[in-house]
Amino acid sequence: MSENRSPASRAAFWRGFRDCSPFVVIVIPFSTLFGVAARDAGLDLFQVVAMSAIVIAGAAQFTALSLLQDGAPVFVVLLASLAVNMRMAMYSAALVPHLGKASLRLRMLMAYVMVDQTYAVSVQTYEAEPQMPLDEKVSYYFGCIIVVCIPWYLCTFLGALLGQAIPVSLSPDFAVPICFIALFAPMLHSLPHLVAAGVSVLAAVLFSGLPWNFGLIVAALLAMLAGAQVEFWQIRRRTRTQTVVAPLD
Amino acid sequence: MIDDHTFWLVTFALGLGTYLIRFSFLGLLGGRQLPDWLLTHLRYVGVAVLPALVTPMILWPASLNGSFDPLRMIAALAALLAGARLGVIWAIGVGMGSLWTLQFFFS
Repeated sequence: MSENRSPASRAAFWRGFRDCSPFVVIVIPFSTLFGVAARDAGLDLFQVVAMSAIVIAGAAQFTALSLLQDGAPVFVVLLASLAVNMRMAMYSAALVPHLGKASLRLRMLMAYVMVDQTYAVSVQTYEAEPQMPLDEKVSYYFGCIIVVCIPWYLCTFLGALLGQAIPVSLSPDFAVPICFIALFAPMLHSLPHLVAAGVSVLAAVLFSGLPWNFGLIVAALLAMLAGAQVEFWQIRRRTRTQTVVAPLD
Repeated sequence: MIDDHTFWLVTFALGLGTYLIRFSFLGLLGGRQLPDWLLTHLRYVGVAVLPALVTPMILWPASLNGSFDPLRMIAALAALLAGARLGVIWAIGVGMGSLWTLQFFFS
């Protein structure tokens, strides 16, 4: 990606590579576990790797996999796993001010490899250095991508290879809920997030009787409403105190 | 068992749908912004969907024919705590590690 470009943009590529490399520690176990879980669910090697290459979205792949195993109807599987990926619409929107002027071809490629880590790291850097030229921003983005996506493909494959070798006594199926917990636990850093997660769990139990895993959709919608309402309430409360006390910043 | 036809249908539709979500703003809408109320709701998608997905897996695991297992419950809570305090990688390590340890002693 960085060949026949300026030295500055090549440097930006390697900087992105370096900045994103700590996430390898997460990507490797996560993708390996997906490979293991997918084989456990009865997919063949080619299917596992194809799914990772076509979708590249761990949480959604785990969601689809577990719902498929439950025998949920296709539209429920899609609705739930696409809901998990809706957060990427926010990433896409957040990248526009920085990468929106790149060529359509590049933007199409950048969209394909847009994942949580690359989004988080690159936007952080762009915001810290708004004067960075476009071609360097693009190179930086691809530096981030390479270090996350290559291990993603490779380790899904390795996990799928290993999958059958893992004994049932190690409860490999437990890796699926554990991966989901690993994904959302670090998000529980504010009151609205905690409330949303709490409503999500409660509603999942209350509506577990609904057919076709509809309980999941109902629980997710209620939890989103709850999170947003708590946030609105916090903003209202803050503006009220600010009219009495002068704003701090 | 997941049948081939369903698997490929879901994989391609999910791949396409996910791509369109990723492409949406960066690709099509240029600099236009989403309305604030929608962004506020989207912020909670992750914590709204994932816990609801995990809950039945912990309470009624399919591999145990849906019977509750207190060891899995404890391991899941340990993973949640480790994830919230220390981060992703700890959640995975603590979750699997504590289940194996508990199983070693109690079953």
